[in-house]
Amino acid sequence: MARSSAPVTGPATVTSGPGPGRLARWGKMLSRELTTVAITMFGLLAITFLIARVIPIDPVLAVVGDNARPDVYEAARLALGLDKPLWQQFAIYVGKVFTGDLGTSILTAQPVISDIKRVFPATLELATLGTLVGITFGIPLGVLAAVKQGRWPDQLARFIGLFGYSIPIFWLGLMGLLLFYAKLGWVSGPGRISIAYQDFVTPVTGVILLDAAMQGEWDAFWNALSHLVLPSAVLGMFSLAYISRMTRSFMIAELQQQYVIAARVKGMSEARVIWRHALRNALVPLTTVIALSYANLLEGSVLTETIFAWPGLGRYITNGLLNADMNAVLGGTLVVGAIFIGVNLFADILGRIFDPRTR
Amino acid sequence: MRHITRLITASTMIVLMTTAAYAQTPRDTVVMAKQIDDIISLDPAEAFEFSGVEVGANVYDKLITVDVAKNNALIGDLAENWTVSPDNLTYTFKIRSGIKFHSGNPLTAADVVYSFQRAVTLNKSPGFILTQFGFDKDNLLQKVKAVNDTTVEITVSKPFAPTFFLNCLTSGVASIVDSKLVMANAKDGDFGNGWLKLNSAGSGAYSVRAYRPNEQYALEANANWYKGAPKNKRVIVRHVAEPASQRLLLEKGDIDVARNLSKDQLAAVREKADIGLVQGDKGYILYLGLNTKNPNFAKPEVREALKWLVDYDSIERNIVAGTYKPHESFLPQGFLGAITDKPYKFDPAKAKELLAKAGLPNGFSVTMDVRSTAPITDIAQAIQANWAQAGVKLELIPGDGKQTLTKYRARTHDIYIGQWGPDYLDPHTNAETFAINENNGDDAKSKTLAWRNAWDIPEMTKVTQAAVLEPDADKRAAIYGVLQREHQKISPFVIMFQQVEVSAQRKNVSGWVIGPTSDTNLYAPIVKN
Amino acid sequence: MGNWTAYLTTDAPASRRQARLGQAWRQWLTLKQNPLAIAGLVIVMSLLLIAAFAPFIAPFDPLAQNLDQRLMPPSAVNLFGTDSLGRDIFSRIVYGARVTLFIVLLVVVSVGPLGLLIGATSGYLGGWVDRALMRLTDVFLAFPRLVLALAFVAALGPGLENAVIAIAFTAWPPYARVARAETLVIRNADYIAAVRLQGASAWRIVLRHIIPMCLPSLIVRTTLDMAGIILTAAGLGFLGLGAQPPMPEWGAMISAGREQIFDQWWVATFPGLAICVVALGFNLLGDGLRDVMDAK
Repeated sequence: MARSSAPVTGPATVTSGPGPGRLARWGKMLSRELTTVAITMFGLLAITFLIARVIPIDPVLAVVGDNARPDVYEAARLALGLDKPLWQQFAIYVGKVFTGDLGTSILTAQPVISDIKRVFPATLELATLGTLVGITFGIPLGVLAAVKQGRWPDQLARFIGLFGYSIPIFWLGLMGLLLFYAKLGWVSGPGRISIAYQDFVTPVTGVILLDAAMQGEWDAFWNALSHLVLPSAVLGMFSLAYISRMTRSFMIAELQQQYVIAARVKGMSEARVIWRHALRNALVPLTTVIALSYANLLEGSVLTETIFAWPGLGRYITNGLLNADMNAVLGGTLVVGAIFIGVNLFADILGRIFDPRTR
Repeated sequence: MRHITRLITASTMIVLMTTAAYAQTPRDTVVMAKQIDDIISLDPAEAFEFSGVEVGANVYDKLITVDVAKNNALIGDLAENWTVSPDNLTYTFKIRSGIKFHSGNPLTAADVVYSFQRAVTLNKSPGFILTQFGFDKDNLLQKVKAVNDTTVEITVSKPFAPTFFLNCLTSGVASIVDSKLVMANAKDGDFGNGWLKLNSAGSGAYSVRAYRPNEQYALEANANWYKGAPKNKRVIVRHVAEPASQRLLLEKGDIDVARNLSKDQLAAVREKADIGLVQGDKGYILYLGLNTKNPNFAKPEVREALKWLVDYDSIERNIVAGTYKPHESFLPQGFLGAITDKPYKFDPAKAKELLAKAGLPNGFSVTMDVRSTAPITDIAQAIQANWAQAGVKLELIPGDGKQTLTKYRARTHDIYIGQWGPDYLDPHTNAETFAINENNGDDAKSKTLAWRNAWDIPEMTKVTQAAVLEPDADKRAAIYGVLQREHQKISPFVIMFQQVEVSAQRKNVSGWVIGPTSDTNLYAPIVKN
Repeated sequence: MGNWTAYLTTDAPASRRQARLGQAWRQWLTLKQNPLAIAGLVIVMSLLLIAAFAPFIAPFDPLAQNLDQRLMPPSAVNLFGTDSLGRDIFSRIVYGARVTLFIVLLVVVSVGPLGLLIGATSGYLGGWVDRALMRLTDVFLAFPRLVLALAFVAALGPGLENAVIAIAFTAWPPYARVARAETLVIRNADYIAAVRLQGASAWRIVLRHIIPMCLPSLIVRTTLDMAGIILTAAGLGFLGLGAQPPMPEWGAMISAGREQIFDQWWVATFPGLAICVVALGFNLLGDGLRDVMDAK
C-alpha cells in the first residue's frame, strides 16, 4: 500500500556562506550523506533481522515440511546455521552482504539475488505505469485546481485527491476486476501475461512490455498491457492523489510570482502563461514529488500484487516473512530500503541544485 | 484544457479496446491453473509436497505402481515382475528391457541402485520412507544390489509385511533417475540435488521443459515413453493462487483445467454447459487436535463431548459440499484397512451430559489456532457456533499456515484445526502419526500427531508398531479396523472429513483422472478435441 | 448566546482560557465555511453515533449464523445481503463501526504521544541524542509500511490489539519528524530561554512547554493520518492477520468475500464502501482542519 502521508525528505545538512572550495564542499557533503546511508542501511538490516528472528515461525518447516523425521529436521536446522547465537548469525549475514552474496532463499531454493532480479522488474513495470497514470491525470488536475482556486473545479480536484487516499487499494482492485474483467471483459485478469503468450517473450530486461516490443511480439505486448492496465490504474490512484495536490500548491505559488503578472500585463494568452511558464517552473519541485511517489509505489504494492497475482517484490517479501525465509526478507528489505534512501537522496540533491537559496 | 482531457479519455479507451481480445490455448497443449507455491524442489529424493510430487509422478517411472482403477492394487511399472523370499526379507525385481531415459541413456539396474543410493544418502524429507526399512548411506550398497543389468535385489532389515514395503516403493522418493545425467550435473557430492531441483532426469511420460518457482512449470511429452506417447504434446501448469481467478480463467477459455475451485465456485461452474467436473478421493483428513496438556482435554468425557458437538452434516452441506465428505476414522477411504464407521453426529444434549459428568456443566473457554484460508476459517466459525450451544466458548486465533504449525509442533496450542495427508499409500503412514507416541516428553524427537497433542498411549503404540509385521494382508486390515474403532472412542482427535479433489475442465478436455495421492495424478491420458 | 459570542470574539481576552476558546471559536467559524470539511465532520460524528447505538440500529446479531440463509442477495430483510455463514452483512457493518472506532482511539493514544516524545526530545536535546533518534526514524521510514506492520503482527501474534500496536510502531516516524521541526523553532524562543533561566529541567521544558506548542500540527497530522491507519488495519485484516474471526472487522469481511466476488458481489462490496466512507470522512475533516489550524 502506498503511504497515505507525504514522504519526508532526508536530513538537510547544507552549510551556506563562505568556506572551502565548492568542490570540496560537495565532496564533504557527499561523504557525509554516504555515511548516513550506510548507517541507515545497517540499522534497517539489524531491525529486520531481529524481527524476523523474533517471529514465532520455524524456518526449518519451510525447508523440510511438516512430516519430516527428526534427523532430517536437525540436518536442515544446522545447514541454516540456526544453532549459532543470534549475533553470530547476523555477523555472518552482514559479512556476506559485503561480498555481494544475499544468501539463498528457503522458499525458492534460489539465490536471493537471482530471485530479486526476477521479481523486481514486475514491480518496476507496475510502479512505472502507475506513476505515469498519476502524472497524466494528476498534473492537469492540479493545474486546473490552482487556476480555478476556490471554485468548484478546485473543490472537485480536492475531493478526488482525498478520495484517492481513502479507498482500500485491495478493495478497489477487487471491484476493478469484478467490473472490467469479469463483467465487461475490457481488460485481462490477474497475472502479468496470459498463459498462451507466456513463452513467446524471452526475458531480457524482465520488463515484459520492453522485452515484447524489442522482440517484435506485438500480440504479446498488447496482451501484457491489457494485464497491466487495471493494477497500474489502481496503483495510480494514490500517485494521482499526491501529485495533483502538490501540483496545485506549487502552481498557486508560481501564479503569484511577479513574472506571471508581468506576462499577463504584456498580453500573453492565459493558456501560454499557465502551461509554458508557470508549469515549467513548477516542474522542478514536482520532479522531486514524482520521484518520491514513485519510490512509494515501488516499495508499497504488497496488496495490489496480492490481488492481481503479480509476481513482484512486495509479495516476495511478504511470502518470505510468513515462511520465516530470512534471506529473502532481508534481501528484499535491503533493496526496498536502498531505493527509498536513494530516491530521497536524489530529491535532496535535486532540491539543492535548483533551490535558488542554495545555488 | 478541454482538448487535453478529451485526448486522455480517447487514448484510455483505445488501450482498453485493443487489449480486450484474448487467445485460446493451443490444441496440443494442456493448460492448468493450480496452486503450486508449495513446491520446494522437483528432485524426487526431496519433493514431498503435493505439487512437487505430482510433477515427479509425471516425469519419473518407479519400480512398481498402483492401479487406481483396481482399488490401488500393486502393479509393475519399470519392474516386469518381482518375487519375495519366504522369510519376507529379500525382494527380487526384474526390470523391463529396452527402456531409455529422456536423454537417450538406457535404463539399467545400476540406475535403480544409484537412485536408491542418492535418496537414502541425501535423506531429505521423504527419505524415511526408504530408510525405515533399515537402509542407510553406509549399508545401502550391500542391501540394494544389481545382480545383472535387468535384476535388482533388495534386502530389508525386518520381516515387514510385503504390502507395507511394496506400497512404499510406489511413492515418489523411489523414482528411478538417469544416473549418468545426474552424475554429470553433480556438484560437491550433492548427487545432483541442486540441479534436479529445477530440472529432470527421468524416463517417464514428460520431461521438465522449464520451471519457474511460484510461477509455472512446463512439461514436454516423451514420445518414446514405454507405455506409449502421451495424448498431448505439452502440459503447462500455471500458479494461480485465487480460486476465483482460476474459475474466471477457465470460463474465458484461458486455461483448460482449474484445480483449486472452492465449493461455491464448483456449484457455479456446474451450471455451465461448456465445463465439466472430474473428482477423486484424496487421502487428506480434516481433523481437530485437542491438546491433552490442557487439563480439560485430559478428561476423556470432554474429548467425547466435543465429538458430539460438531454439526458434521450442516458443515458438509453448506461449507464444503463436493470438496470434502464426512469421514470419522484416521485411515482414508482407498487405504488397506479403512473403515466407514461414523459413530458421531451433532447431539448437543448428549454433549452437555458428558460435560456435566466431567464437572463442566456450564462449559469452558478454549482457543483454536486457525489458518486464515478458506474453507478452514469458515469451518472454524461454524464449529464456534456449534460449541456455543453447550456453553463451550471458543476463541479463534487466526494465523498464517507456518505460524499455526510452529505452535502446534511446540504443543502450545489448545486446539489445532488442520489437515493430514498420507506420505505414502500404506495404512502405516497415518497409523504411525495418529496412534504412535513413543516418548511423550517435551524432548521427544518424533513429533507424531499423537505426541503433538500430548496423548500418552504406550499400549496402542505397541499394537500399531506390530501391525507392520503382519504378513497377511487381510489380517493386517483387521488389525487396523480394531485400532481405528478404539481410536474413535478415546483419542483427542475429532476427525471430521476426508478431502475429495475436484477439478473443473473445459468440455473439450477428457481423459484426466484424479488418483488417491499426488503420486497418481497423471497427465498423459489428457486429450483435447 | 449573544453574550457567549461577545465573550468569544473579544479582542482583549481576560484570561488564558478565554483566549484559547476564542481562538477555537474563530477556527470553527472558518471551518464552517468549508462544505467538504463539514461533510467530513458529519461522517465522523455518524461513525461515533452508529458505534454507540449499534444494538439499536442493527436488525440482527452480527455473529448469528444461519447456514440455510447463506449468500442471500440484498433484500428488505437483509439490507446488504448475507455472507458465507448466513450472517447479516448490514448488522456486521454497523457493529464493525465499533471495531474501527476502537482502532482509531487506540492509535490516537499510542502513536501521537510516542512520536511527540521522540521528536520533541530529539529536537530539544540536540547533539548525539538527536542524531541517534533521527537515524532510527530514517530506518523506520525506509521500511515498506505494510510489510513492517505485517512483521510486527507476525512477531506479536495476530489480533486486533496487536495489529494496532504494529501500526503504531510503523506510524510514529512522520510524527517525530514534525514534532522535531516544530521543537527546533520553539526551543530558541525567548520564553523557553526564560523558563530555562528559572531553572526548569529539560524534561519539564519538553513536557510542559514544547509539547503543548507542537500539539496543533500533530492533531491535524493525526486526523489526516487516521484514514491511512484505518486502511492499513483493513489491509492487515484482509491479509488475515488483523481481527480475530468472527469479529466484524471490515477488512477481514472483504477478505472473506473475495471467494464469492464474481457471483455474490455484495459480500465484499459493502464493507469496502464502509471503509471508503469513513476514511474519506477523516480525510475531509483533517484537510479542513489543516486549513484552519495549520496556516503553513
